[in-house]
Amino acid sequence: MLSCLSVREHPGKSAGMSATKILKVRVDRERCQGHARCFALAPELFELDQFGNGRERGDGTVPTALEDKARLAQANCPEMAVEIIEE
Amino acid sequence: MSTRPSSADWSTDFDHLDPRWAENPYPIWDELRQKCPIAHTERFQGAYFPSRYEDVRAIAYDTEHFSSRRPVVREVRPPLIPAPPITSDPPDHRPAKQILLPAFTPEAIARHEPCTREICRELLGRIGDSKRCDGAVEYSQEIPVRVIAHMLGVPEQDGNLFRKWIKEVLEIGITDFAVLMRAQGEMIGYFAEKIAARRARPEDDLICYLVNVRVEDRPLTDDHINGTLRLLLIAGIDTTWSAIGSCLWHLAQHADDRRRLTAEQDLMNSAIEEFLRAYAPVTMAREVVKETQIAGCTFKTGHMVLLSFPAANRDPAMFPDADRVILDRVQNRHATFGLGIHRCVGSNLARMEIRVALTEWLARFPEFRLDPDAPTTWSMGTVHGPRELPLLLGA
Repeated sequence: MLSCLSVREHPGKSAGMSATKILKVRVDRERCQGHARCFALAPELFELDQFGNGRERGDGTVPTALEDKARLAQANCPEMAVEIIEE
Repeated sequence: MSTRPSSADWSTDFDHLDPRWAENPYPIWDELRQKCPIAHTERFQGAYFPSRYEDVRAIAYDTEHFSSRRPVVREVRPPLIPAPPITSDPPDHRPAKQILLPAFTPEAIARHEPCTREICRELLGRIGDSKRCDGAVEYSQEIPVRVIAHMLGVPEQDGNLFRKWIKEVLEIGITDFAVLMRAQGEMIGYFAEKIAARRARPEDDLICYLVNVRVEDRPLTDDHINGTLRLLLIAGIDTTWSAIGSCLWHLAQHADDRRRLTAEQDLMNSAIEEFLRAYAPVTMAREVVKETQIAGCTFKTGHMVLLSFPAANRDPAMFPDADRVILDRVQNRHATFGLGIHRCVGSNLARMEIRVALTEWLARFPEFRLDPDAPTTWSMGTVHGPRELPLLLGA
């Protein structure tokens, strides 16, 4: 469960990769309990509503430069509410 | 409490009030995770103790079989004393919590940061050039009490009274029913007076907010407001006081972490998460209201569950090197503020207070260590943290 975390290395950066994948983040509204870790770790990708519950900004698209932050946010959500989707 | 029979077997007779458990529970929890991940005791009229993260999580999520109506494991079962939302189950829980959440978002809490910083600086100024101080009594215990007093709108000079109630409700009251009920009565009277005063003369504070708030066009009952205020007072004080104290206790003994934290300011937030994980102050409780099985163990109706977020946080299956404090731990889904619907409403407040308290402390006292001639003493029972923390200041 823990070993799959890869924050420092991620696909897409290595020179040989051809197909560009789009990463998106999504907060599962049912699971989120407002710990606000995603917002603390990646405010560029997440925002909080008036109750302090998290949600992805816009359509959740993660710019390449923020992929590490997206994975960090996912890895630190106590409710496992942050999903990363590859399109 | 000294007359308690000592536990001979943690699996079948655990006792979190045993001095060995209070002082150093980590080897006990390790042993239990190996031998009996869900321990039981006939003490406290029957209680279970899950020590693995996954089981703590499963119980925290299962509001059908496990009720929050009694949030503390006690020797006897006192009458239900509602303090919404911590004592609420679905469907009452959600509206009771929604009322409070907007006042505790990171944005709302940021407004209290300057005042928190001022409090910390004043306390540090008072310690001044002393060569020694008590980091718990002179610093950490004073910070949350003043901030929450400010938020609620009660005099911070009443801090000693609040701390007396907390000790009576969360420590002495575990075994002494009369003390518990007396403290509850005193608190109810204290806040009844404040609520009446706000009705007569509005102020810009949380008491007034709760007096005026409407849920589906109806005001809250006085019992509800009073219960919520007692909750905010109790939960807002000794939890964070314990957390700040534990951070200082750790840093006093780990020069490498202390120096790294002083040199690398960027590390502060992940370091705080790691301190929160390793020294989680709060253990909650659930009452089994419908028999069920978790991890092959039957939970019988009427028994309590000692829901130890601190034990979950030390589970090596979830946190590699769980007993080591790693300031830049990358993955840290700690359960310190609870899991599921009862996530601590004050988590953003606690984090802000800890961050400001540590930053200000380290700026003033980058070097400090435990006083070898005076012992650190710890609270017992529901909240774990240093109550006396004698420190030597300076290199």
